[in-house]
Amino acid sequence: MDIDLHDVTLSVNGTKYQRRVESRLLLSDFLRHDLSLAGTHVGCEHGVCGACTVLLDGAPVRSCLMLAVQANHHEISTVEGLANEAGEYHPLQQAMHDHHGLQCGYCTPGILMTMTAFLDENRSPSEDEIREALSGNLCRCTGYQNIVDAVMTAAERMRG
Amino acid sequence: MKPAPFKYLAATSLEHALALKAEHGDDAKFLAGGQSLMPAMNFRLARPEVLIDINGIESLAGIRPDATATRVGALTRYRVLQRDASFTRAFPLIGEALPHIAHPQIRNRGTFGGNLAHADPASELPAITLALAARFRVQSATCERWIEAPAFFAGALTTDLKSDEMLVEVELDLPKPRSGACFMEIARRRGDFAIVGVAAMIGLDDASQCSDVRLSFCGVGETPVDASAAAEILVGQPLTEKTVREVAASVQAMIDPAGSVHATADYQRHVAGVLTERALQTAYQRARNGH
Repeated sequence: MDIDLHDVTLSVNGTKYQRRVESRLLLSDFLRHDLSLAGTHVGCEHGVCGACTVLLDGAPVRSCLMLAVQANHHEISTVEGLANEAGEYHPLQQAMHDHHGLQCGYCTPGILMTMTAFLDENRSPSEDEIREALSGNLCRCTGYQNIVDAVMTAAERMRG
Repeated sequence: MKPAPFKYLAATSLEHALALKAEHGDDAKFLAGGQSLMPAMNFRLARPEVLIDINGIESLAGIRPDATATRVGALTRYRVLQRDASFTRAFPLIGEALPHIAHPQIRNRGTFGGNLAHADPASELPAITLALAARFRVQSATCERWIEAPAFFAGALTTDLKSDEMLVEVELDLPKPRSGACFMEIARRRGDFAIVGVAAMIGLDDASQCSDVRLSFCGVGETPVDASAAAEILVGQPLTEKTVREVAASVQAMIDPAGSVHATADYQRHVAGVLTERALQTAYQRARNGH
């Protein structure tokens, strides 16, 4: 079979990119290899672990279950875009740091993307709501408690 | 863990998608939310030669309520259903099941029609369409037909769809007044596939006796299982502990779960009985309370 190539134009963290991609290229691999945005981690590659979670037009999705060509004309947000222009952490990144919400850090980018989108919609979450929102992200180090604490703290700080 | 090569075609309209499917037949798969198809392709369990992306076809997405029935477009994402309060109020069975379907990230992409056309017997929605007696509108480039929910599911991951057809929408009758619904499932973790899931609907007559009972299961067979026949003994009487136990025993005798490394067939049968009792009692209470 001839290689099936497509031209795509998309925005990642506010920067516009134009690339030619093979149809079978996963969005996760496109971000890491073609755009050198290796903050998006690849764990299971079949939609179970959540490590590759990015925002598609603001909503968290598995980037390993999307083709790069499907992101054509869409806006993607990755962990590289969370800190502000001055390089200051997003409140959730800071809270994860403060609460020791990561150990090996492999799951962290996916968790940050999932939970920052969650906090944008829910500034006063209960612990149960946080655990429900977090249910699609596996972490094998922390036991989740410190992540939940960090999200609670971030919510409090974001409420001001 | 990367898909095998394929040709990607982005359909620009329903007609375009159906024409492409007519041209490529079984070599082509429709790509909707991709939350089941993409893992299968990453594992190379599925190796379609052509992928027809229908995500750009806006007319396939949306909820269209009517006086007596609601139509749900095949491309309607779980998240949209979950956030539509009037929809989940009208169809509490679906509203109650949605949080059990995978996780938020999956629900942002996964679609109503994609789920049904994938026809995983452990999935919640196929069983629910049985309990709701849903009708499936199916289209090809040359014709259109309606399929009743039980006939749509032909086997594990197999439907009645022909190689040139697409499921375009599902019609759900509004539940009658004085009816109650309940969906329950037991899974090893929230969002995992069900060990057993049950959908129960009970309609009451003026004397608060059961006039209509529907019962269906996911995870206990090759297809979603309609067990309404086991619940027929309830019709014409109020619900009691004894009659509910009888229904549970009939369900246990009727189903033929396959068992797995996580749950033996005997355990699944046991859970099906327990969930039958709980779901029928809850649906009955809700019908009596008027929601």
